Amino acid sequence: MADNIFFEFLHMEMVDYVYKMDVSREEHEQVKMNAISTLENMGFRVGQGLIERFTKDTPSFKDDLDVMKFLCKDFWVNVFRKQIDNLRTNHQGTYVLQDSKFSLLTQFSNRKQYLLEAPRYLAYTCGMVRGALSNLGVDSIVTAEVSLMPACKFQVVIQRS
Amino acid sequence: MSRQASRASESKKMNSELFTLTYGALVTQLCKDYENDEEVNKQLDKMYVEIFSYFLLKTRMNVLTKNVIFNHRGYNIGVRLIEDFLARSSVGRCHDFRETADVIAKVAFKMYLGITPSVTNWSPAGDEFSLILESNPLVDFVELPDNHSGLVYSNLLCGVLRGALEMVQMAVDVKFAQDTLRGDNVTEIRMKFIKRIEENLPAGEE
Repeated sequence: MADNIFFEFLHMEMVDYVYKMDVSREEHEQVKMNAISTLENMGFRVGQGLIERFTKDTPSFKDDLDVMKFLCKDFWVNVFRKQIDNLRTNHQGTYVLQDSKFSLLTQFSNRKQYLLEAPRYLAYTCGMVRGALSNLGVDSIVTAEVSLMPACKFQVVIQRS
Repeated sequence: MSRQASRASESKKMNSELFTLTYGALVTQLCKDYENDEEVNKQLDKMYVEIFSYFLLKTRMNVLTKNVIFNHRGYNIGVRLIEDFLARSSVGRCHDFRETADVIAKVAFKMYLGITPSVTNWSPAGDEFSLILESNPLVDFVELPDNHSGLVYSNLLCGVLRGALEMVQMAVDVKFAQDTLRGDNVTEIRMKFIKRIEENLPAGEE
């Protein structure tokens, strides 16, 4: 599936565009917007769309854990062509998804170089996860952290109303 | 286990949907960004220019800007994509433009978008041809709103082609001649060979 590289390049351009746009926004002082949240929102919409396609033929989910498992297996395989390596939970609505070789980071570095730039390349994915969960009826806050590339941890905190 | 099997076969499709949707999100964002500017400008210039003509002019300009931006973004992608392409396919140097056209249509498009456009409408001089796309995966879920009728939605592709070919020493002009999104029957990309870019090898190398 060679077309994935097309997605990766597009993603890079997108991040670059949004950041430049953000800078010019700051100059104009008219619209203050954060590039991270712009990317996150774009991902959110895409996550919503994707999950509709992916869950077309799946039976309905029992509980949140079941949803998270689907996300770690099917969703991740379809989007990034690998499963999440480790899923942890405190059984109180917090889940940690660990990907030891996150595909949007593999091109950058396998150490600490460019660590400061990493968050902008994760925002879109965070949004995608949040969008996917939201369309499955789970409100959440998704954050990501990197301590050593290309490994990456996504933390999902489910919001109960 | 039937679910497993069906998943494997659909996997590629899903993957291109990720691309399609991501692209859509980017276009939407661009339109949003430039509409905001337009709004601000309109407020500022209201007093000087007759609104209607100004608005028309402004809209057309912005659409043009967007098209340029897509093209430029695509160019950046193409410049990088060509390396991936050359590494992955075993295609060597093309000897003429016809061969280039074949490689683009049959190998590159197949590889990255999963489609094989047909190559037609050669100019007599053999320096210009058209790629006819029966389906365009970039526009799978897309409908252009009326106020964006000037938008060349898939213009990114032109940039990709231009950037990629430039890296193999070919200056080529690429543009959409027809677009199903804008009511044409097919999607047609017109490619015109401009010139071969001379290589500047450092002295002493072959």
